[in-house]
Amino acid sequence: MTDATAPKGDDTRADAPARNQWWDVWDQFKTHKGAMFGAAFFIIVILAVYLGPYFWTIDPTYIDIRARNSGPTLAHPFGTDQLGRDMLARMMAGGQTSISVGLTAMALALILGTLVGVLAGYFKRIDGLLMRTTDLFLALPLLPLLLVMVMLFRQPLSASFGPETGIFILIVVAIGITSWMPTARIVRGDVLALKEREFVLAARSIGTRPGKMILRHILPNVMSPIMVSATLGIATAIITESALSFLGLGFPPDFPTWGRLLFDATDFMQQHPERVMWPGLAISLTVLSVNYMGDGLRDALDPRIRGL
Amino acid sequence: MLDGPKTETKLVEVSDLKMHFPIHTGLFRRHTGDVKAVDGVSFDIFEGETLGLVGESGCGKSTCGRAVLRLYDITDGSINIDGAEIGDTPQSQLRGKRPTMQMVFQDPQASLNPRMTVQAIIQEPLDEHTNLSKDEKREKVLALMDQVGLNRKFAGRYPHAFSGGQRQRIGIARALALNPKFIVCDEPIAALDVSIQAQVVNLLEDLQQEFGLTYLFISHDLSMVRHIANRVAVMYLGKIVELAPREALYDAPLHPYTKALLSAVPEPDPDLHAAMERTILTGDVPSPANPPKGCNFCTRCPAVMDICKQEDPEYREVLPGQFVACHHYNGITDPADVRAASEAQ
Repeated sequence: MTDATAPKGDDTRADAPARNQWWDVWDQFKTHKGAMFGAAFFIIVILAVYLGPYFWTIDPTYIDIRARNSGPTLAHPFGTDQLGRDMLARMMAGGQTSISVGLTAMALALILGTLVGVLAGYFKRIDGLLMRTTDLFLALPLLPLLLVMVMLFRQPLSASFGPETGIFILIVVAIGITSWMPTARIVRGDVLALKEREFVLAARSIGTRPGKMILRHILPNVMSPIMVSATLGIATAIITESALSFLGLGFPPDFPTWGRLLFDATDFMQQHPERVMWPGLAISLTVLSVNYMGDGLRDALDPRIRGL
Repeated sequence: MLDGPKTETKLVEVSDLKMHFPIHTGLFRRHTGDVKAVDGVSFDIFEGETLGLVGESGCGKSTCGRAVLRLYDITDGSINIDGAEIGDTPQSQLRGKRPTMQMVFQDPQASLNPRMTVQAIIQEPLDEHTNLSKDEKREKVLALMDQVGLNRKFAGRYPHAFSGGQRQRIGIARALALNPKFIVCDEPIAALDVSIQAQVVNLLEDLQQEFGLTYLFISHDLSMVRHIANRVAVMYLGKIVELAPREALYDAPLHPYTKALLSAVPEPDPDLHAAMERTILTGDVPSPANPPKGCNFCTRCPAVMDICKQEDPEYREVLPGQFVACHHYNGITDPADVRAASEAQ
């Protein structure tokens, strides 16, 4: 205790304004090598798929039937597909869709899952109702549900938002509302445990309102499982989108996504294995980089690991 | 505090406080019983005094402290703090009363949010109940840290970086932030080692003198309670068995349980220690879900009588300021007779 009551003469930080804690988070994030690699790779992928088309100006839907099934050449560095469409251009166009579907669907599932989990864990009265709803969703067979959703809503959504945006919304919503349940369960469990901790009781003795209590005391402490769910969720969303496209329920057949490219290429796997490799590699590496980023972020958000 | 109660104004009046936790069993979670953690407790605390609440583990001390602050929805009884009845106020309306009553918790590690800086932790009550600007809050937090003996430099750190005693100081600073009148100290020293215990207790005493605070000091450490409390209440199985001014309780305890409890306090002098007459209680504390018929202490009392197993003793004032719940003092009003009855056990 002697250091706690030390004279204030060596006080260096007292009068300086409190440092924004996000700087501390960033400092810790920087020390996580995997996270930095992951973040760098993810930024490169995003730049490549969004800015790439400005430099590689071949239309991904342009059919050059005489150059079909070509291997990597100078004109087509990633080769062409069975209709002679340029694979590099298709990879970039597909990446835009896949990454935006992955991120948006993940965000939706996460918000939904966290909301349900926190509410169910914190408010005992609605716990039963919310968790039975979660069980109900878990028990629903995923693919038939998706089929029905696509069948029912594809036309109206296409009509009101245009074919591409309409189907984008449909797929994001479909993936989002069928993948929030594990997050909700994990979050509820953590909230139930947290609610009994003494610091929550202390906050109650101060008179903190439930809303503030959740934002200030509960959410920051369930950050770790949420981050893990988030990073895994991106991977699942990209893969589910691929599966939907494969079944002909996702985007239209000529509309490239990484998943569709992968499934289109499976027919030619023996003759042209590189055509499976590129989209497969893109999906795996993107997912891996996001996972590493999530790992680093989770560590950076925990003051105990941050060592302050 | 070494002097008696400073005023005769009652700050806290608790009467017949009951806190029962329901037990649900079976397939349909039927309500099959209650854990009677606090079962009809009454006491008053005068302004500026410290009431010690002692008892063995699991006797309902902490529950009693939390129930007084209405951290639980109490089963029955009335709680009057600073002239306002809060026993049956709904939680949503209690918020305005919270600044007058605060709490210091037992486990300083668990009672601080690990994701918040010291600044944010001490500032939380200010955020909730005042409209101060950011700079004013910061100034107030730093002033509080000075008052509890924490270096200002540590405001930006997180709880895990502190020792147990320092964490408890953070908890005390948080409790002081809103200038409360009444603080429940729920075993604030139980998790600390002895040298730090003394520091924290002295800090609590200094703060009491400075701000005129009123404490309900919950502890199982009898010698520490003797040091800090003006009056002491002894709890056994959810009930107060004896409440008396400190000197009276330690010098001439009336209730057999108090006698047994006091005789268990270690004596530092080895010669005296060997010569001490101890009352050794046998058996265990009965379950609060199923207390014995009659007096709660009748299963272990060395001076048990037939009536003890039939009737619950009345809790009443047998000597001025000294309350006891024991059949041995039935119908006795004369102080000399009370002493005689106490000796006779």
